[in-house]
Amino acid sequence: MKILQHLYRLLTATLLLTLIGSIQSALAAPKIQHWQTANGLRVYFVPAPQLPMLDLQLVFSGGSARDGDKPGLAMLTSSMLNKGADGMNADQIAEAFESVGAQFSSGSGMERSSLGLRTITLPDEQKKALDTWLKVLGKPDFPEKDFARTKKQALIGLQAEKQDPGSIASKAFYKNLYGDHPYASPENGTEESIAAITLDDLKAFYKKHYVAKNGILAIVGNIDRKHAEALAETVSSSIPAGEKAAAIPPVKPLTEAKTVHINFPSSQSHVYIGQIGDKRGDKDYFTLYLGNHVFGGSGFTSRLMKEVRVKRGLSYSVYSYFSPQRELGPYILGLQTKNDQVDEAIKVSRDELNKFLKEGPSEAELEQSKKNITGGFPLRTASNSDIVSYIAMIGFYGLPLDYLDTFADTVNKISRDEVIDAWKRRVHPEKMLTVVVGNEKQKDKQTGKKNQQEGNKQVEKSTQKKATTPAG
Amino acid sequence: MKITKEAPQKRSAPQTEKILTLMKKIFNRYLLLSLFITLTSPLSAKDTQTDSAKEPANSQPASEKTLSQTNNDLTAPHSQISEKTLDNGLKILVKKDNRAPVVVLQLWYRVGTSYEHEGITGLSHALEHMMFKGTKNHASGEFEKILSVNGARNNAFTSQDYTAYYEVIAKDRLEVAMELEADRMRNLILDEKEFKKEIEVVKEERRWRTDDRPTSLTREQFNAVAFLNSPYRAPVIGWMVDLDTMKVGDLRKWYEKWYAPNNATLVVVGDVEPDAVFALVEKYFARIKTSDIPAPKLRTEVEQKGPRSIVVKAPAKLPYLRMGYKTPGLINAKEKWEPYALEVLANILDGGSSARFAKKLVRDKEIAASAGASYDGFGRLPNLFVLSGTPTKSKTIEDLKKAMLEEIELLKTEKVSEEELKRVKAQVVASEVYQRDSIENIASVLGSLESVGLGYQLIDEYVPEILKVTPEQIQKVAQKYLIEDHLTVARLQPLPLDKKAATSEEGE
Repeated sequence: MKILQHLYRLLTATLLLTLIGSIQSALAAPKIQHWQTANGLRVYFVPAPQLPMLDLQLVFSGGSARDGDKPGLAMLTSSMLNKGADGMNADQIAEAFESVGAQFSSGSGMERSSLGLRTITLPDEQKKALDTWLKVLGKPDFPEKDFARTKKQALIGLQAEKQDPGSIASKAFYKNLYGDHPYASPENGTEESIAAITLDDLKAFYKKHYVAKNGILAIVGNIDRKHAEALAETVSSSIPAGEKAAAIPPVKPLTEAKTVHINFPSSQSHVYIGQIGDKRGDKDYFTLYLGNHVFGGSGFTSRLMKEVRVKRGLSYSVYSYFSPQRELGPYILGLQTKNDQVDEAIKVSRDELNKFLKEGPSEAELEQSKKNITGGFPLRTASNSDIVSYIAMIGFYGLPLDYLDTFADTVNKISRDEVIDAWKRRVHPEKMLTVVVGNEKQKDKQTGKKNQQEGNKQVEKSTQKKATTPAG
Repeated sequence: MKITKEAPQKRSAPQTEKILTLMKKIFNRYLLLSLFITLTSPLSAKDTQTDSAKEPANSQPASEKTLSQTNNDLTAPHSQISEKTLDNGLKILVKKDNRAPVVVLQLWYRVGTSYEHEGITGLSHALEHMMFKGTKNHASGEFEKILSVNGARNNAFTSQDYTAYYEVIAKDRLEVAMELEADRMRNLILDEKEFKKEIEVVKEERRWRTDDRPTSLTREQFNAVAFLNSPYRAPVIGWMVDLDTMKVGDLRKWYEKWYAPNNATLVVVGDVEPDAVFALVEKYFARIKTSDIPAPKLRTEVEQKGPRSIVVKAPAKLPYLRMGYKTPGLINAKEKWEPYALEVLANILDGGSSARFAKKLVRDKEIAASAGASYDGFGRLPNLFVLSGTPTKSKTIEDLKKAMLEEIELLKTEKVSEEELKRVKAQVVASEVYQRDSIENIASVLGSLESVGLGYQLIDEYVPEILKVTPEQIQKVAQKYLIEDHLTVARLQPLPLDKKAATSEEGE
């Protein structure tokens, strides 16, 4: 603590000294250093000596896409890491991190499981934080009592999802879009799957996925190359070499349009319209990205925002985006609007999408988007947090190290015809999934009364299928 | 304001990171409403990585969840902050940080919900929306277009105490943002037709943020009961009926009354030279005339004369408890150390995973699925010390309330250990270091402190004052302020969701 106070007093001086030289010249992305440890952990490193702090992010292939017939397994495994390790209990672990001001994080997503650490770089504090982190990573105890509690917590989490129309819509969207593909697997599991998962399941999942060859380590902060190498060796030697996780199976697109309505007592209907999109490293990635910037990805300058919100006042937020994964991720168009306007909002959005596919962006719009992407590039890596997220992403998907350097150039070279061509090949409104969660009665009553608009033939009602099919 | 993605990104259940920072305490984000939601950049593919089982029931608005994970401010001594006031009263604060060739400009107006009164709630926020709808020099939509082609990220936000507009932009394009902000300080058009559409957007925002979220609804009604005459009783977004009856003329009067250089603070943080910034400000803002700004009415909350309690019934799956004690803020505290002691006290209860609530109520006794404590002592007016949470399945709201109040009693009868205190202080110091990672948040702390009347210099006093807090002081503020007669309790009582949804649920 004394040392921490001392550090605080010194910060003025530190800051003045380090602010003399800025690491990045204008428009240049940070230079990423890359190597591999003895047992096969890939390391991505950007030194950032300006602030006395260090960020680590260790990412494994191992999210809900690896849950198999046990949805929620990756999430529970991740949640249990800091509940007991090398004889320390959850309280002791929390105290060890927090007594030196370190911030521990762990979590799992669709295809990643990760552990993070943020610590200040005073020697004693950094050592204590790191020692604790390595125990959590390499020697989790998976205590029985904590597991029982964690499962109960997970069930309450599922209840929270059920009172939120946005969460309900999101789950239904992934389930219906991906069917029996692992990407359909609900990250937080189901009541049945959570109840059935055992500690042995967690231990097996941990043993298989939390291994050096299946992970990448991102390091950003006040550390030099030599120490970063030593640090990376320490991290990787605290877990076995193991094997890389198997490839995720290819994704099959929907073959016909599908609409899912779920009744919910909310004043708004939540709408998700979409289909299978693209993947990381996809040959159309940049072209689709640029096109979507014009269509639904750039806030107020996007066509969706102009037509749905600005011109008609139908929704507070309306957007579209591609969410590329290792395999084909989704393309999603989303909005929320009061129940009696939902048909109109869907029709406007669909009409805009059809129009965009037919005519493409104008040259002026394309130019504007290119300028926004290029001119805004320095904003994306302005902080250590930004940089660590980017290099973890680049490492995880095995993208080229100069990915950030070449991004703007690549975008600038794309022509209008290329955008039109890629969108026509990849985006198919006639085979899209539409999920609507809201109050159907309110909608029918009011639209019937108003009788204000033509029906949208593509939006046919079908009753919701219950969430019984176990995904994955 | 980087808000959140309200999108079907697959994500784990929410987690609230509970680390004490000046930023979070001052710049109370759940009270902020912003113009629009920004999506996470598809380029970054930052998976939402959260510790799902940690705090599954904390179903706060999405903005709160995501925002609490971003990092924060900078507490560099103010010798590094350059300050200047133009002749027309516009105050400028510049902080140099050249880690990246980027700059943030924020223009803060001293007006928000706490300047409004019954019948016109939501006016400040609605005006914020209309600030993007065209001026005499720039047609509606042009503002966004100009910023877009310059690669800027921009947005605006409104809270109880202020309304702010910002642009993050490459350092060589600062002038673009400066010109636009100066223009709309005075030349807003406020077109009737535009307003009629935009007020519908605001109503959609209200439905999305509050009406369809049971915990938000509970919080809104809780505030309206906890405060009788303080303007903090009103929601920032406004009551629906006030939105229904709002007229464009109301906005025009509001704009003319409050939008003036002598009621604003311009904050610039990034890779810039202060003198160059001052010159630019001079060029665009100096011509704007000073206004007569009325002092807001005092409206000091009347003393609470006994405990208050409400029940909110709404379709929901989980119960929710919210309790608040009246406390002084730094603005009116007779003893300057008291707000800092309350701040530390909140973190003894809920400053991370080793704090008492997580350790005892969540892990040991398994009474709470989530439990939080927060103190709001850095606003324009005194606010509440709030306890909130959701019980575990085998426990009730009453069990949770009892357990939380027992923790409060314990703080009155026993001094906190030196070890706990050291842990909180270590977190404060480390967090201040981490907060230096984001220029936007540095700017936000400076702007909000200045706008609520505490003065930006407080940014340097915060850590030393926290480090001075003693166990005796924590005990004293607990005994003095966390008393039953000044307590308001709200319980969310879940009503069944509709029949159809209810039947499709798996067994519980």
